[in-house]
Amino acid sequence: MLDGSRQNGVVVAEPLLRATEITKLFGTFRANDAIGLDLYPGEIHALLGENGAGKSTLVKIIYGLIAPTAGELQWMGHKVHLAGPADARALGISMVFQTFSLFENLTVAENVALGLAGAENLPAISARLAEVSRAYGLLLDPKREVWRLSVGERQRVEIVRALMQNPKLLILDEPTAVLTPDEANQLFAVLERLKSESRAILYISHKLEEVKRLCDRATILRGGRKVATCDPRRETAASLARMMVGGEIGEVKPASGRSLSAPRLAVQALTLETDDPHGVRLDQVSIEVNGGEILGIAGVAGNGQDELFAALSGERLAPSPGAVLIDGRAVGQLSVTERRRRGAAFVPEERLGHATAPRMKLSDNALLTGHAENGMVRHGLIDKSATLAAVDRITSAFDVRKAKRDPEAASLSGGNLQKFVVGREILREPGVLVVSQPTWGVDAGAAATIRQALIDLAARGAAVLVISQDLDELTEIADRIAVMFRGRLSAPLMRGEASREKLGLLMGGSPASGHEVSHAAGA
Amino acid sequence: MRLALEPRAERSAAIAIASPLIAIAFTLVTMAVLFAIIGKNPLAALWVYFIDPLSDAYSLQEIVVKATPLVMIALGLSLCYLANVWNIGAEGQFLIGAVAGSWLAVKTNGTGAGHWVMPAMLVLGALGGALYALIPAICRVRFGASEILTSLMLVYVADLFLDYLVRGPWRDPKGYNFPTTPDFDPVATVPILIEGSRVHAGALIALLAVAAAMLVLGRTIKGFEIKVVGSAPKAARFGGFNAGQLAILTFLVSGALAGLSGIIEVAGPVGNLRPNISPGYGFTAIIVAFLGRLNPIGILIAGLFLALTFIGGEQAQISMRIPLDLTKVFQGILLFYVLACDSLILYRLRLIPGHGKAAYGTP
Repeated sequence: MLDGSRQNGVVVAEPLLRATEITKLFGTFRANDAIGLDLYPGEIHALLGENGAGKSTLVKIIYGLIAPTAGELQWMGHKVHLAGPADARALGISMVFQTFSLFENLTVAENVALGLAGAENLPAISARLAEVSRAYGLLLDPKREVWRLSVGERQRVEIVRALMQNPKLLILDEPTAVLTPDEANQLFAVLERLKSESRAILYISHKLEEVKRLCDRATILRGGRKVATCDPRRETAASLARMMVGGEIGEVKPASGRSLSAPRLAVQALTLETDDPHGVRLDQVSIEVNGGEILGIAGVAGNGQDELFAALSGERLAPSPGAVLIDGRAVGQLSVTERRRRGAAFVPEERLGHATAPRMKLSDNALLTGHAENGMVRHGLIDKSATLAAVDRITSAFDVRKAKRDPEAASLSGGNLQKFVVGREILREPGVLVVSQPTWGVDAGAAATIRQALIDLAARGAAVLVISQDLDELTEIADRIAVMFRGRLSAPLMRGEASREKLGLLMGGSPASGHEVSHAAGA
Repeated sequence: MRLALEPRAERSAAIAIASPLIAIAFTLVTMAVLFAIIGKNPLAALWVYFIDPLSDAYSLQEIVVKATPLVMIALGLSLCYLANVWNIGAEGQFLIGAVAGSWLAVKTNGTGAGHWVMPAMLVLGALGGALYALIPAICRVRFGASEILTSLMLVYVADLFLDYLVRGPWRDPKGYNFPTTPDFDPVATVPILIEGSRVHAGALIALLAVAAAMLVLGRTIKGFEIKVVGSAPKAARFGGFNAGQLAILTFLVSGALAGLSGIIEVAGPVGNLRPNISPGYGFTAIIVAFLGRLNPIGILIAGLFLALTFIGGEQAQISMRIPLDLTKVFQGILLFYVLACDSLILYRLRLIPGHGKAAYGTP
């Protein structure tokens, strides 16, 4: 596809893309601060950093989506100015975003045609699409409508669309976040193939094992600055994490000698029709979580986890009272507040807007879930000092960093707000805690604090249910792991027997679907 | 050079207070331009509008009379708007409240009924307004109909219903064919507070309503519920608050307050039921609610200010022959600027010089 004048995998003297002193300010906030980056043909270059380190800003500048405040880009030795993504694509830069931009009701070929400039007709595009997808083992049916595709297949459409522009540089933004382990392996095979064709790949991730396995070099960002460029294969995951975080990360200590008590949270054959056309129907879901235990629920996003959370919290009521039990009592048709009064606590996935009211103060947000219990409200009147005291307790117990005593929720960083919402529930000492994506988009230090708090809560006798897409997290803290797929829940696996392979197959629905395309990957 | 809006990390408390004042300043400048265009001396016109009414006792009393319904209606509307419920039909609830209370006044007219009549009329007025507000509330919660449209359309229904009553069944037989009911008996009239003026006991009720709204919004869990449901509906549901029930409740409360002020208006300053009992209080109260930043004290001040524009408009018409409709223009421009200035609470304006690098260069 590219002209073969350069040797495979050999780093040549001239970089394909050179970014020098890239600075981007948003107001007074320095999202990027004098960052330099060289990308060579035939390398997979990782861009590592925590949320908010400046990765997205940097790649958006490289893809022409935003203009840098200062600094310059050189493409094959010549200074370039990108007025928009069309300029970047004309040079040979393609990007696959984390959230897909596909039209659900159009076919694969139609979606690809919409993304391509030029006057190629649909049959020609279909033919070329079939050719490219065969060549790279990215199996796709051009005539299939996108809404019928799985998340992994949708990503394939995006990648094929990018490849049909014959890019010299392909940018991928956290591509494995939505994939099962098996799908991720197939992706890695494709990336190796692209590398062997002397294309450059800029690979954004915060999954360190993946980067160590796949990438030739890694540039690490922290707080908008470049910390280092290194060979990730010569580093350990711990040393990479240190560079990302800028300090040691606390180890999560498993509780020793936990004693299990009777089931405190139970779901019995819960079937729940969806009220939203894009929602998932829950189908005969049964769960039992004992006191002292953490049950993990794995699964690719959008397989019914949100619906399950809503049914457990009471934001949606179950069809019968007995479908959800807390400490043996039927709560399926009780409200969120009633369930809280019975000792349950909930932490939803979305920090801003769901777990908290963004433009309200932390004390008001403490009241949001605390009003059900004694102390904060008497005879309908709010005790402001009690809500402020709750904020202070959460702040000191969970090391929430904030500019003043009682700021608005939206002014906290993601990690600190997450510590606040998790702390808010844990300090109520719930008997049952249901938490969704507890450390999503949270820096490693805060993630360790939160995971430790969940383990400690279970050790004190609570039943903890963790819904997460992060398998590493679940294998670290959960005693048993079940997998959600299309609204059904698998039987739970004990931690010891829950290998990535087994979980991966369950996440893909069945062993068969995992093998369907694996011959094409052949890594 | 260009202007940019940048989001603020936290809402600015200073701007939240200054925003209505900035809006008023912009409105005054715009009005001055309008006066100049129609050939009047802008300064003289503004003086007649805003300063003259403050300088004599009669006008000051009239300001209180006009502010009373504005403040009461706006308090109810502010609860709706805080809860993200859009009651635009307070004018209709005001009229139906007036009709419901007047029913008793008409029935007992000349029968020598006791002092229970006036309090009972107030209760009926509040009830009538609340029930009339229940219609759009239920249409929204049950059927998902836009309450903006339904509540607004019901204003015209109420207006025509009132018109029918005073021209038909309730018309004063001795009224020379004017479309009015008989004058209400003294027991069916709201007492006057200041001898020789039109300031009536309704002003005290409005002040009580301000205090009650302050307590509800500032201290109670119900007030908290209103604010959460309005600003973060998903978080409110997570907090255990039911947005549908709250929509009905806020509609009921605002309808009751509008209906109460409607019956107070006819049983007080007007004295009988007739068409045109309201110069658009229910609509002007929307401006009062926003100008007052949906805050009870703010609404009290904004109500007095908007009342001033009614009085000033009348005086300007008399002394300078400025059309009375200009008062409505003024109120509309004011609402426009208030809403525009509110964006400054969450965003800051920045002047960005033409050459980005000069401003953003590394220090």
